[in-house]
Amino acid sequence: MSDTKTIADTRGFGRKFADLDKTAVAPFLALAALFLLGALVNPNFLSVDNLLNVLTRSSFIAIIAVGATFVISAGGLDLSVGSMAALVAGIMILFLNSGAIDGDTAMLAAGVVVALGVGALAGLLNGTIITIGKIEPFIVTLGTMAIFRSVTVWLADGGSIAMKSIAMRNMFRPVYTGVFLGLPFPVWLIIAVGLLGAFILYKTSFGRHVIAVGSNEDVARYSGIHVNRVRAMTYILQGICVAIAVVVYVPRLGAATTTTGMLWELQAITAVVIGGTALRGGVGRIWGTICGAFMLEIVGNIMVLSNIVSEYLIGAVQGTIIIIAMLVQRTLQKKKA
Amino acid sequence: METREPTIAATMPVLEARGIAKAFGPVEVLTDISLTVMPGEVHAIIGENGAGKSTLMKLMSGHLQPTRGTVAIDGEPVHFAGPVDAEHRGLVLVHQEILLAPDLTVAQNIFMGRELKRGLMVNDREMNRQSAEAVHSLGADIDPTTQISRLSIARRQLVQIARALQVPHRVVIFDEPTASLTPFETEALLKVIRDLRDKGVAVLYISHRLPEVGAIADRITVLRDGKLIATRNASELQPVDMARLMVGRDMSKLYPEREDTTSRQTVLEVKNFDVPGYARDASFSLRKGEILGFAGLIGAGRTELFEGLVGLRTGHGDIKLNGAPVKFHGVRDSMAAGIVYLSEDRKGKGLLLAQDLRTNLTLATLGKFTKGPLIERKREDKSLDKAISDFDIRARRRDLLAGQLSGGNQQKLLLAKMMLLEPSIVIIDEPTRGIDIGTKEQIYKFIASLAKAGKSVVVISSEMQELIGICHRILVMRSSRIVGEVMGEAMTEDEIVVYATGVKVNEAELYSAGNA
Repeated sequence: MSDTKTIADTRGFGRKFADLDKTAVAPFLALAALFLLGALVNPNFLSVDNLLNVLTRSSFIAIIAVGATFVISAGGLDLSVGSMAALVAGIMILFLNSGAIDGDTAMLAAGVVVALGVGALAGLLNGTIITIGKIEPFIVTLGTMAIFRSVTVWLADGGSIAMKSIAMRNMFRPVYTGVFLGLPFPVWLIIAVGLLGAFILYKTSFGRHVIAVGSNEDVARYSGIHVNRVRAMTYILQGICVAIAVVVYVPRLGAATTTTGMLWELQAITAVVIGGTALRGGVGRIWGTICGAFMLEIVGNIMVLSNIVSEYLIGAVQGTIIIIAMLVQRTLQKKKA
Repeated sequence: METREPTIAATMPVLEARGIAKAFGPVEVLTDISLTVMPGEVHAIIGENGAGKSTLMKLMSGHLQPTRGTVAIDGEPVHFAGPVDAEHRGLVLVHQEILLAPDLTVAQNIFMGRELKRGLMVNDREMNRQSAEAVHSLGADIDPTTQISRLSIARRQLVQIARALQVPHRVVIFDEPTASLTPFETEALLKVIRDLRDKGVAVLYISHRLPEVGAIADRITVLRDGKLIATRNASELQPVDMARLMVGRDMSKLYPEREDTTSRQTVLEVKNFDVPGYARDASFSLRKGEILGFAGLIGAGRTELFEGLVGLRTGHGDIKLNGAPVKFHGVRDSMAAGIVYLSEDRKGKGLLLAQDLRTNLTLATLGKFTKGPLIERKREDKSLDKAISDFDIRARRRDLLAGQLSGGNQQKLLLAKMMLLEPSIVIIDEPTRGIDIGTKEQIYKFIASLAKAGKSVVVISSEMQELIGICHRILVMRSSRIVGEVMGEAMTEDEIVVYATGVKVNEAELYSAGNA
C-alpha cells in the first residue's frame, strides 16, 4: 500500500464533480424534477400561493423530521412520533381547557410550555428505556407508539379533544394561518427549526458526538463519549420537535382526535431517508430532510392537481418514493466505494 | 521430520497465477505475481503483514478479481464468478478468521448451505455421522452435536477446516491457520496438511511463522510490498534467509536502540484484578519510563484485562496510580487520570472509518476545541496539520475518510488522536497489526520516544519478536492469568512460548515425533 504525500489539488473539473457527494445533492435534484413535473401537469402549480400553501402543510412533518434526523443519524429510530403528537396535542388542549391561569395570552403561552414539556418527557421516556434497558429502539418505540395512542384515545374518551374557548381559538389560529414578512408563520418555523437543527448537528460538539455514535458506537465509547447520554438526548430533541409541530397543528383545527398524527412516523422517516440521511446512522442532513418533507407534500399536491392518478393512492406513491430513494442511495454509495 | 521424494510425475501445475495484479482505487497492492502450484506439493507464501499474501489468496480463490493477469487451472485460464464457482472447480480456501455460526452445532456448520436431505427434511443423523468422521480424520474427537460457541478457538478452526474439506478439493489454501494455535495443535494441523499432500492435493500455505513454514513447505514464495521477491525450494532456504527476503533489510535495524529509560518510580500498581470470564487475579506494576510487554496466545485475556483496567469492561481489583488508590467507573475516568488505551481493533473500535481525519483526530478531546457549545474548526484544522507532520500521516488529501487510509496511517492517526489526551500511561494493543514494515519502524521509534519522555507504555502484542525488540520487560498471560515474567537476557521467543503455552517447545516436538 503505497502512500503519496499531500499534494495540491490540481485535478480537473471532471474529477471534482466525481468527488461531489451525490447523496447530498440528490434530494435537491429530485425536488427540482418534481417542480418541473408539477409545472407540466398544471400551470397553477408554480404559483406562489400554491407553493406557500404546500410548504405550510409540510410544516408538521418537516419539523418532526428534523428531530428524526438526530435520532436516525445517531443510529436510532423513533416510531412513536405520530402517537406522541396526538398525546401532546391532547394534553395541551386539556390544559388550555382547564383555565388554570387567568388571561388567554398567558394561558396559551403556558400551553406551549406544557406541550414542550410533555414532548421532552415522552422523548426522555423513549431514550431512557432504549439506553438503560438496552432494548432495540424499534421495539421500544413500537411499544410507546401503542401506549401514547391508547392514552390519547382514553383521554378523548374515544372521540376528540377540542378547544372550548372560541376566543382562545381565534387568538391561537394565526400561529398556523398568520403571515409575517410575506411568509406564512409555519414556514418561518420550519426555517428556524432547520437553522437551529443544522447549528446543533454541524457546529456543536454534541452534534459531532451524535454523528460519532451513529457512525460506530464502539469507537465513540472507546473515545470516552457518553454514548447513552447522547442517544437519550436525540430522543428528547425528537420529543421537543414533535411538541413544536403540535404547537402549529393545534391552531389549525383546534382539536386532537384519535387519528391525529396517524402515519406521521412513516412520513417523517421517509423525509429523513429521501433527504440523504443514512438509516444506519453516521450521516445527518438537516436541509435534505426538510427538502424530503417538502417533496412528500408536493407529490400529494401534484396528484390532486393532475387527476392522472387518484389521490387515494398517495400512500402508495410515497411508499414507492422511499424505496426508490433507498435504491438510489445504495447505488451512489456503491460507486463511491 | 519425515523426508519425501518430490513428486516428479506431476508436471502440469494444477493452479497457476500468470502475472496477476490487483489495485484498489489508485493503489496497486499486488504487482505482476506469477506462481504455480503442483499436485502433491505444499507451496508456502510468506511475507510481512501487508505484503499482499491475503490479497493474493483471495485472487486465487475467486474472492477478488485481478485487475491484470489471469489465474489458470490445469493450464486453462479461468475466470471465477466468485468463491462458490472456485469451489466447484475444486479450489477451497480455509479462512484465517473463524466464519462459523456460533449458535449452530458442529454438524450444522459443516453442512451449512449443502444440507443432506431425506425427502423434505434435513437428515441430521447422516450429517452428524459424516461430521464426526470428517473431524476424526483431522485427528480430533468432537461431538458433532456440540454448539460451536462451546468450543475453543483451536477446535473451531478444525471444524472450519473440516467444513472446507467437505467440498471435493484439488487445491486447499490455508490462510494463516496457526495464528491462534498452541504448538500441540499446530503440529496436529501440520500432520493434516501432510496427509492432504500425500493424497496428491495441492496446498497453498500462507504464514509468517518461519520455522513452521520450513517444516511443512516444499517450495516457498516470498512476497514483499506486493511484489514477488523469490520462489525457492524449501531445502534451499533457512529461516534466517526467509526473514531477510521478507523484510528486505537487516532485521536488527527495525528496532530502535534500547535505552534504559525506566526509573525507580512506580506509576501504576495493579493487585488481584479480575475481569469476569477473561482475566483472573492479575497483579503487576509499571514504572515511569518503562515499556512493558504483554505476551500470550490469542484469547489469553490480555486485551480484556486492560479494557477492564481502564473501565471499558466490568472488572474489579485494586489499582494504585502514583501510590494513590483509584477507581475507574468508565473510560472517561481513566482518560482523565492520564491513562489511554489504543484498541487492537483499529477499524472497529479506534477510528470512525466513514468520517474524515479531522473528526477522528479530535473525537476524544472535543472539549479542548470548543468555545461554549461551538466547535472551533480552525483550531481543529491546526491540530490536524500538527498531527500530520508530527506523526507523518500520509494522506493524498486532507478530506479523505479514515477508512481510505492504509493500515499504517490509520494507526498513526489513532496514536495522534489519543496523544491529544496528553496521557502519562499509554497502553497500545497490537501496535503494528496489518502495518507495513516502514511504518512499523516509525511506531517502534515513537514508543521508545514516549518512554524517553518519561511516559510509561504497555505494549500488548502477539508478535513475540516485536516485544523482545522494544520492551524492557515482558509479562506472559495464559488462560486468563499472568503466568510469567521475562526480562534482560531471558527475553527470548522460546522462553515466552514456554509460559504462553505451558509447554516447552522441544516437548511439543518430541510429542509430534512420537505420533508421526
